[in-house]
Amino acid sequence: MASQCSPLHNQSASFLYNTRADGSQMSFSGSSGIHNRDANAEKGSALGSSINADEVLKFEEMAKDWWDPEGSSAPLHSMNPVRTKFTRDALCLCFGRDSSSAQPLHGLAILDVGCGGGLFSEALARLGASVTGIDASEAGILVAREHARADPVIHARTSYRNITAEQALDEGLQFDAVVASEVIEHVENVPEFCRSLAALTRDSGAVVVSTINRTAASYAVAIVGAEYLAQVVPRGTHDWSRFITPDELARLMEGVGLPQVSISGMFLNPVTSRWSLMNDTSVNYISYFKKKTVS
Amino acid sequence: MVGAALACALGSNPITASLRVLVMDRGGPTEVTSPLPEVPDLRVSTVTPASVQLFQDIGAWEDVAPPRSAAFQHMQVWDEGGNGYVRYSAGNVGLANMGYVAENRVLQAALMRRLKDFKNSTLFWPASLEALTLPSYAPEAHEGPSTNSLAELRLADGRTIQARLVVGADGARSRTRQLADLRTFSRSYHQRGIVASVRTQQANDTAWQRFLPTGPLALLPVRDGYSNIVWSTSVQQAMALEKASPQEFALAVNEALNGGSTPAGNPLLPSRSREEFVAPPAVSAGGSKQRSFPLTLAGAGRYVRPRLALVGDAAHVVHPLAGQGVNLGFGDVRALSAALTHAVETGRDPGELALLEEMYEEPRQRENGMMMVALDSLKHIFAPQSGFVASVRGLGLDLINGTPALKARIMKYAMG
Repeated sequence: MASQCSPLHNQSASFLYNTRADGSQMSFSGSSGIHNRDANAEKGSALGSSINADEVLKFEEMAKDWWDPEGSSAPLHSMNPVRTKFTRDALCLCFGRDSSSAQPLHGLAILDVGCGGGLFSEALARLGASVTGIDASEAGILVAREHARADPVIHARTSYRNITAEQALDEGLQFDAVVASEVIEHVENVPEFCRSLAALTRDSGAVVVSTINRTAASYAVAIVGAEYLAQVVPRGTHDWSRFITPDELARLMEGVGLPQVSISGMFLNPVTSRWSLMNDTSVNYISYFKKKTVS
Repeated sequence: MVGAALACALGSNPITASLRVLVMDRGGPTEVTSPLPEVPDLRVSTVTPASVQLFQDIGAWEDVAPPRSAAFQHMQVWDEGGNGYVRYSAGNVGLANMGYVAENRVLQAALMRRLKDFKNSTLFWPASLEALTLPSYAPEAHEGPSTNSLAELRLADGRTIQARLVVGADGARSRTRQLADLRTFSRSYHQRGIVASVRTQQANDTAWQRFLPTGPLALLPVRDGYSNIVWSTSVQQAMALEKASPQEFALAVNEALNGGSTPAGNPLLPSRSREEFVAPPAVSAGGSKQRSFPLTLAGAGRYVRPRLALVGDAAHVVHPLAGQGVNLGFGDVRALSAALTHAVETGRDPGELALLEEMYEEPRQRENGMMMVALDSLKHIFAPQSGFVASVRGLGLDLINGTPALKARIMKYAMG
């Protein structure tokens, strides 16, 4: 596994128990926004469209690991159903959909910022949405595309692009909903990231953000527990001081025209390795914001 | 039958009704005449309240309900060799009945008829599976297709079908299981079961079961004054019984049911809560010719693979002793349809191995394994005719009969 090529993407870089996370960061806002401790990560995104055979081989290896529920992305695999459930319910509320129907997100255009290997994007696509996944890591995008190809429905409903949120904004793209899961804690310029999320969202649309709180509990779990005691995540993967509290996030989002509608804690039961939604937001949480209508 | 029940369960739930379901069968759907033929078919099942609930949920119960099947109000189990017996009555526990006995073909026809109402299902027959390509287990396995590629089925007529999930509901000798290379274990009991439809001289509303030195004999009410016999015995006796004339067979059944001593219960145990022993009705000839079949216990080590799940007899075969076989299959249907509902709700791939393992295989192997062990050990306790085992057994039955809490617990388990 080519760890030096580990991508700038949320699904391998951001999570607590991620053995593959090597400190590379989610790149969001072009030149000023990248907080990058791994020069190789940039190399990945600079490859452009011509890919050599070695790189193809590497991403194929990675595809297998990203989509291995027992591999380095295991916590994201197990988190995926609960973040999808929260997002489904939030978007149903926002767009007046029946959340008990089979494809409640039918026809909605969703942007998944920091889509990585496409885990969250595929789940949203299965609920009926047309999902655009973007990631600064080209390897992540190639993995996501390759994985989607196996299922014609997913293939038809997803498109993946190796661009940053800022680049998407430059193209004038807008979506019914924008999701950024396990991304914001790796972003250098958070206020600017929030402004971009707002600008990428249509009026009355929704933004869903999931991340890690900055509390004693999250310090214990994410830094002491995962990086030092269990050593499942390389030391330095997460910078606790960069974590954002729900209040800080809500204030920032409110400031860019995205008032918070609801929030839920996400709890990983260490015994069963299953996630559940709960009131306690002291470690992981997920929030839904609705964009104000400009009259 | 279990496969059709799954298709109905998926079709009747608005969430899973979005899944396109192809039901393939070797032959056409089972149909029954209306009214039913006078003599019931030999293959019958005990339908527990949990299974009745499943039929009601999918809207197939009214085609099974009496008079097309029979409810039984009592259950009585006793021992030829000793004094022990246990008797359950629905009235004593505030239930309308203890369960139903229905012909398998009545259950099948009810499900197939209901299946046609579900727009998401297509029935396809005759279909014979020739090859099955499934994705590899783990991402590390480089051989074969990638982990999320769709399953591909090739039929004998050359057709190929792609699916996100293949459900093998093709019985004890499952072709799907064989093609998926899932290992099985099995054990022969070196016994055969004799089945027959018989008339009873009095109306029968009880599921009777007597443990004989050679194995258990069950007499279950089916419909229209007919009852079904399932008699497990030595291969030798089974062969002889199969050749017997209807009159000879009825005589043998009556001797086996009513011969020897009548249990009086253990005088040392309190009799306050005990239900009195009731003698079973005499049977008479005039039903069907009796048939015999080998008894085995079999199971698959794994029920799932990426994009594959085995249900019903394809996953587990139990002793017909308590008529639980098909109920275990209906339990599989409940668990698998719950797993698929969860998958649709949370955008998971219905063929994802982790989903199938956690929400289907794990709970069902626990449940089915318990029942397999319970029936298997019951079989072994009752099989030998040693004086000691028989007397302990008699005492055990008596203890159960005289201990309401224990009795209720066992009944709850037996009723699913």
